[in-house]
Amino acid sequence: MSTFLQQLFNALALGGVYALVALGLTLVYGVMRVPNFAHGGLYMLGAYLSYAVLTGLGWGYVPALLISAVGVALLAAFMERVIFYPMRNAPHVHPMIAAIGVLFFLEAAVQLVWGPDFKQITEPVPGIVNVGGVIVTWQRLLVIAASVVVMLGLNYFLKRTLTGATIEAMSQNREGARLVGVNTNRVGMMTFAISGALAAAAATLIAPIISVSPSMGEVMNLKVFAIIILGGMGSVPGAIVGAFLLALAEVFGGYYISLDFSDVIGFAMLVIVLALKPQGLFKRGT
Amino acid sequence: MLSNAGANSAGAARFKLGTWGWVAVFVLAALVPLFGPSGYLLDIGVNIMIYAMLAYGMNVLLGYTGQLPLAHAGFFGIGAYTVGILTLKAGWSFWLAWPVAVALCAVLGLLLGLVAFRTKGDAFSIFTLGVGVIIMLVINKWDALTGGNEGLNGINPPAGLEALSKGVGLKLSAGFYYLALIALILTVLAVARARGSVFGRSLIAIRGGEDLARSAGIDVFTHKLRAMMLSTAIAGFAGGVYAVYVGFLGSASAGPAMTFTVLLYLLAGGLGTLAGPLIGPALLYTLTQSLKGLQDYQYIVFGPLLVLLIMFAPQGLAGLWMKAQARRELAAVTGKKGAERA
Repeated sequence: MSTFLQQLFNALALGGVYALVALGLTLVYGVMRVPNFAHGGLYMLGAYLSYAVLTGLGWGYVPALLISAVGVALLAAFMERVIFYPMRNAPHVHPMIAAIGVLFFLEAAVQLVWGPDFKQITEPVPGIVNVGGVIVTWQRLLVIAASVVVMLGLNYFLKRTLTGATIEAMSQNREGARLVGVNTNRVGMMTFAISGALAAAAATLIAPIISVSPSMGEVMNLKVFAIIILGGMGSVPGAIVGAFLLALAEVFGGYYISLDFSDVIGFAMLVIVLALKPQGLFKRGT
Repeated sequence: MLSNAGANSAGAARFKLGTWGWVAVFVLAALVPLFGPSGYLLDIGVNIMIYAMLAYGMNVLLGYTGQLPLAHAGFFGIGAYTVGILTLKAGWSFWLAWPVAVALCAVLGLLLGLVAFRTKGDAFSIFTLGVGVIIMLVINKWDALTGGNEGLNGINPPAGLEALSKGVGLKLSAGFYYLALIALILTVLAVARARGSVFGRSLIAIRGGEDLARSAGIDVFTHKLRAMMLSTAIAGFAGGVYAVYVGFLGSASAGPAMTFTVLLYLLAGGLGTLAGPLIGPALLYTLTQSLKGLQDYQYIVFGPLLVLLIMFAPQGLAGLWMKAQARRELAAVTGKKGAERA
């Protein structure tokens, strides 16, 4: 039983990180209809920026997280301006291919600056804690707590503020949003910035548990794409549910079936779901 | 009426010119080994031809049908590993294993298409990307069959290739060069024939708009499936050559990075054109080789290049050439008309 709870905790922490990354991707898809393959690159860059602030400047974990989130948000907004906004009327495979180019550029650039080998970020709160007989590291608790806080904040922003409502409006109906006076131009840029900040925050949260490497973005990319297809592309609740489903499947599949194939499980799940329900689990009207 | 006939004969003339151009390119390529070039030069040639075949396969789906398949390298890997496993472990001859690999890729392509074409557009690409990763991971983890991380080592050259090369006074590397060249010629012929047929024109119609194509009586799903099978079969065909040429297989050759490289080559050469899939690899592969020191960082250049290409020249070099040619023809026609009027 305690191993089960242990694995459950691991899955929740992993799911929280997946959810943050997938939320950014699904928001961008909802608003811009761009499957942003560079998203994994932003996530990876976020981890490296935090690493640079922590080791280069010697600042604390929280400032590192904030600086990296702001830095990646600015870069994502810039990307939207110079690449995706000009291509908004191009055939749908074109922005996708451009995003692949950005992903490769980010990966090569990070490798050039920081080298190809693994980097380690030390845990801000080292040690473990005993929660009702289950041993959990503080970092995992921190990941779970932080991701829940960020998700609640995002939900508040999208549902309760006017700026957030413009994002919702635009993902529901682009033309309609423009008709009622939403500045769709600005919303696109803002959504990209938010998605970048979420990716960087997620990367900084999980970095102490895994190692930081230039290729970490590619793996995450594939997983979050699997998640948002599972959840229905553009759907916010779908992304969260999909993230935790994938994390549970990976952790328990890895534990009870085979660790070798834990990475395949997510894709196998994706293939099965799409074969049965091509629209994803949470179909949304477009 | 008259002007129509004129356009037709001009089209026929250009077709002939195009055909002779291809003959010239292939004859020149066939002459290369006779001048005793270095092994390095031949190696570049063989690699370009293998990449070109892959690009032709991808072009059938992306260039003609408008679907971006991201499992392409997976089928390259399946073709290569099928040849590797059948020749190494089952002791088959390459000449038997190669067609089997192609057939297997076509069948697997059909199976993938049956599921993947239930999704459309972006979801199709991401779905196939997932399948590509699964193929790579399975190859990487299935130690008993594929050698896993260690890879598959010591695949022999095709039976008779060495004897044949020696018989006409050439090295084995030249023999491989001719094998790749013949495979490439067969690929170009197959793709050109498919493109020129009703099937090919139906694919273009699907690229233009699925609903419109359907309303014109085209069975969209079946045509997409056939395009997928042709595309994966060509990828497997290229994989077979790669397996015997390199003699060593690792799972990375079946991964998404390989797919993206082919995509970059194809875009640079020209999507949806017949010359593009050859021009792109020829230019970019040579460029990569001359920037050898930058191998690890080549995407610092190629990443932004991919972005700029898709933003400003999505038709690639072949497309730019065709555009310039069309402009010249237009200028010639309007010039002539102006002269007549004067």
